[in-house]
Amino acid sequence: MIKLNNVQRSFGEKNVLKGVNLNINKGETFLLIGRSGAGKTVLLKTILGLLRPDSGTISIDSQEITQLSKSRLEKIRLKFGLVFQNSALFDFLTVWENVSFFLKQHTDMSRKDMRKKVSQTLALVGLADIEDMYPYELSGGMRKRVAIARAIIYNPKIVIYDEPTTGIDPIAVDKIVSLIKDLHKRLSVTSLVVTHDLETGLKIADRVAFLLGGKIIFEGKKEDVKNTKDKRLLQFIQGVSGGPIKEMEV
Amino acid sequence: MFFLKQIEDFFCYVGNIISFIKEIFYWLFTKKRDLKSLGREIIFVGIDSFFLVSLIALFIGMIIAFQTAYQLQQFKSEIHLASLVALSLVRELGPVIAALIVAARSGASITAGIGSMKISEQVDALEVFGVEPIDYLVVPKFIALVVCLPVLVIYADLLGIFGGYLVGSLKFSMPFGLYMRMTIESLGVIDIANGLVKSLFFGSIIAFVCCFEGFRPFSSIDVSKVVTRSIVRSFILIIVFDCILTAFFYFI
Repeated sequence: MIKLNNVQRSFGEKNVLKGVNLNINKGETFLLIGRSGAGKTVLLKTILGLLRPDSGTISIDSQEITQLSKSRLEKIRLKFGLVFQNSALFDFLTVWENVSFFLKQHTDMSRKDMRKKVSQTLALVGLADIEDMYPYELSGGMRKRVAIARAIIYNPKIVIYDEPTTGIDPIAVDKIVSLIKDLHKRLSVTSLVVTHDLETGLKIADRVAFLLGGKIIFEGKKEDVKNTKDKRLLQFIQGVSGGPIKEMEV
Repeated sequence: MFFLKQIEDFFCYVGNIISFIKEIFYWLFTKKRDLKSLGREIIFVGIDSFFLVSLIALFIGMIIAFQTAYQLQQFKSEIHLASLVALSLVRELGPVIAALIVAARSGASITAGIGSMKISEQVDALEVFGVEPIDYLVVPKFIALVVCLPVLVIYADLLGIFGGYLVGSLKFSMPFGLYMRMTIESLGVIDIANGLVKSLFFGSIIAFVCCFEGFRPFSSIDVSKVVTRSIVRSFILIIVFDCILTAFFYFI
């Protein structure tokens, strides 16, 4: 479904992605882990075509996207629903306007049908009666749920969660984890979860990749993570500062 | 080397802003506008600026009148007070003052608003939802500025003239009818066109510079920098274009 081959991307002198190879299969929940600042979000934006790679190829549904024009990229992007790290809800729009944003921009759906669809989608993520509130009036967990509702309302094939549990309390984390698992089953989508929180990520994932120093140094099933002998992955799992991962090696 | 780098950066900036302007005009004529978001921008740029423009235009009109009266008194020509106040305001000060107020008030807010949307990934969210940020965020602001600034300029001119009348009336006991007749007789079509053309240029400058700078921050600390930069650059460009347009209207 998503295939990356030797993807490189730098910002000025800084090489963030140094040849990433990755293969995400249709229908699975794939977990991308890495330290904070490892370039996970850059990798995500590159997959979405928001950033062009300096070299390498990216295929979505067997279609190579790195050389596509802006307008064709926009069409490809509609296959994705993205839940941003800090929710990225439009702060000048109400919850109803945020969730219906895609429908308003790309469909001729009537206001009444849109209202109905928004209520259904909000119910799917466990929210009700908040349509007329603004994002700043919501808690962190509620904002995440609204962001998920906004990402799934147009039935995308692939749902990407960027650090879905960052900045929310442990109970809200558990609810979000259950929600991601539930939506994956109900919507039959391919899910890509990007996080530095391995413990939470493993509750969701089928397969895992570990991004370190701009490269994928581990890719395998979640059972393989527990049995790994890779010292760098072990250090990351154990969360200890001393080990083969140097401080500067993000 | 430092000097060469500065020149290179300058040409890069000019190139980037030109392609930004090209994109604004492309989207301006490509898509139907959402009247709700356009209305929101017009209220913010135009209607919300009325109080500040009123206050400053009234006082500027009075200041010009006092300053002009002081000089006219020496030649016993106080009767020309109305025409000099009107010409100074309509040709020069009305457009410049209104543009500087809007750049400082609305321009700063536009840059900060887009900048904070960029660092909180709301601009990326627009792209993910297949919406072009320039079309959705910039074009309504551009239209609002180009529509509202001429209206604000006319309003500032009228308020300034009224300020001048207050001085003429209180200091020289000039009747309202005489003051207005002297004002109208002194103004030609070209003077009014001068002010309005300038306001269109200034509105465009504020939109181009303030929106362009809004897309440049990479972190929250950059937001304050780009806001300062957008105001400074807008002010400089408004004054430079004022000089160019004044010279142009002088020679035609």
